[in-house]
Amino acid sequence: MSAATGTNAPAGTRAPSGGPVRHRDGRGERAVTVSSHTVLTVWSVLVIAPLLWTLMSSFKTTQQIFASPFSLPTSLQWENYVNAWTLAGIGTYFVNSVVVVAAALFLTMLLGAMSAYVLARFDFPGREVVRTLIVSGLTFPIFLAVVPLFFILQQAGLLNTLPGLVAAYTAYAYPFTVFFLVSFFEELPREVAEAAAIDGASEWRTFFQIMLPMARPGMASVVILNFVGLWNQFLLPVVLNTDQENYVLTQGMASFASQAGYSVDFGALFAGAVTTIVPVLVVYLVFQRRLQGSVVQGSVK
Amino acid sequence: MTTADPAPTGALAVDEPSSPSPRRTPRRGRRRWDLDRVSLVAVFLGIPFTFYVLMVLYPFTQAAYYSLTGWSGFSPTQPFVGLDNYVRLAQDDGFMSALGNSLTLLVVVPAVTIVASFALAVLVTFGGPTSGGVRGLRGSGVYRVVSFFPYVVPAIVIGIIWSQVFNPANGLLNGLLTLVGLDRFQDFAWLGDASTAMPASIVVIVWAFIGFYMVLFVAAIRSIDLELFEAARLDGAGRFRTALHVAAPGIAGSVRTAYVYMGILALDAFVYMQALNPTGGPEGSTKVVTQEIYETAFTRGQFGLACAMGVVLAVVTLVFTALVFAVVRLVRGSDGRTA
Repeated sequence: MSAATGTNAPAGTRAPSGGPVRHRDGRGERAVTVSSHTVLTVWSVLVIAPLLWTLMSSFKTTQQIFASPFSLPTSLQWENYVNAWTLAGIGTYFVNSVVVVAAALFLTMLLGAMSAYVLARFDFPGREVVRTLIVSGLTFPIFLAVVPLFFILQQAGLLNTLPGLVAAYTAYAYPFTVFFLVSFFEELPREVAEAAAIDGASEWRTFFQIMLPMARPGMASVVILNFVGLWNQFLLPVVLNTDQENYVLTQGMASFASQAGYSVDFGALFAGAVTTIVPVLVVYLVFQRRLQGSVVQGSVK
Repeated sequence: MTTADPAPTGALAVDEPSSPSPRRTPRRGRRRWDLDRVSLVAVFLGIPFTFYVLMVLYPFTQAAYYSLTGWSGFSPTQPFVGLDNYVRLAQDDGFMSALGNSLTLLVVVPAVTIVASFALAVLVTFGGPTSGGVRGLRGSGVYRVVSFFPYVVPAIVIGIIWSQVFNPANGLLNGLLTLVGLDRFQDFAWLGDASTAMPASIVVIVWAFIGFYMVLFVAAIRSIDLELFEAARLDGAGRFRTALHVAAPGIAGSVRTAYVYMGILALDAFVYMQALNPTGGPEGSTKVVTQEIYETAFTRGQFGLACAMGVVLAVVTLVFTALVFAVVRLVRGSDGRTA
């Protein structure tokens, strides 16, 4: 039985110090625990089952998929992955996604951190207005803006280009990034910056050499959140990036899925889905704790 | 083993503190505005903010203006038509039905998601073997890791996977139902039947977000002042009552945030609906406003009309957000949170 302090509990589990059980017998206690575990287990199965089924189906031939949704693959059809990667163009889309997301992530973090730093630590007329305008960008539906944005990029000659997509990603990730990082820069100790100023460091140097490195934990959280958000972005590329060779992964999967309705290469469709999930799965498993922490921080501030 | 210094959960300030913590006011303006400072502010904020205004804020205002024109996008002229587009939308059965579907999502999706994730969060935080206060369920970390995962899976892939799960001929769902003897579901088209297409789509969106909000609420419940739980325990309140009367009001701020986020997401829902039923479903039963906007603008080229739809969507979003804030304030006020 568990000790009163819950030694084995995951981080963050806390118990009130009050000890003995009252008004309740041990059996009732255990019933609650068992049913809690049961419900949570059922829920976990509901989450995992479609994903595992997708993984299993990705190794079956289309005939096997049609024969029965449960039959195990007789042999591993790696061919599905090859077909998805080359014939369906998932490989190209994958590379496009990596390039666009990496570039947008870098730009967003740079611009976002710079703006957040200024908003957090400098006072100037109009500061509150700027802040409000940035936060308001978080609440409006992007759908309202995409139509004019289409023409703005067209006029700039950036429509249907990867740089244009990077610009759009950066602009739309900017308000969240600033919003999140402002509170972070506000909490950094002031003394360090003052010491740097006394030592004669310029404001520019103070930012890049002292404040930015100190903000690393906050930056890391935002990087992860932005990575997930940008990797999964769908609307912006669908509207602004319509040349098939420039497709990003989410777009490519959508068009593949709508084509599969006719040519019915279900094996390759499942393989494509798995290929899209694997990078985020890896990021998720590695950064799981930090990601959940950042989400909690980010959503509630 | 006191609770003097609770372990950091990463859940900083999950709820709005009932007594606002003294906000750190930066000591500003003490130093003079020399070139160094001016150039830093100008470059650090000026350039990114201008870019943001141009790419994000300006399009919003432009959309509002375009909604008053009969612009087709590719014609050089933008004839001003006043409110004609809005009148047209009000008389357009297709748009009104799409608006109705979006409102259905707005009402159902956040409510179901938040109730279910709160229930699961309560199981994680109260399911442990002791009465009264917050007692975590052992091994609940696994549940959190698993159920949070859909949050990182691209929405389009979630949609594709579920459209295969719902596939009438070889889908997982009909396979399971047939397996347990419900033969009439052998080739039932969940997404192809006007009565089930919408509920099935809702299931997918809810599935994708329950785990996310469960994690959020677990952190929020854990950041509630433990004395409140202790007080409830001394009053003899059981788990259920404690969850309802201490935990629920204690995380009202997080619930409000969650409700607003989920509402905005439900009003969008574009990705999910495109993946599940790109054409709007049987008899248009899953066609939502965002799909109408997309088609109107980029298939039919009626940009003025599409912008009017966008404005309607934005107004609905704002009204919804204001409503959530008002309701939470009302509930909180009457609850008389005791500390």
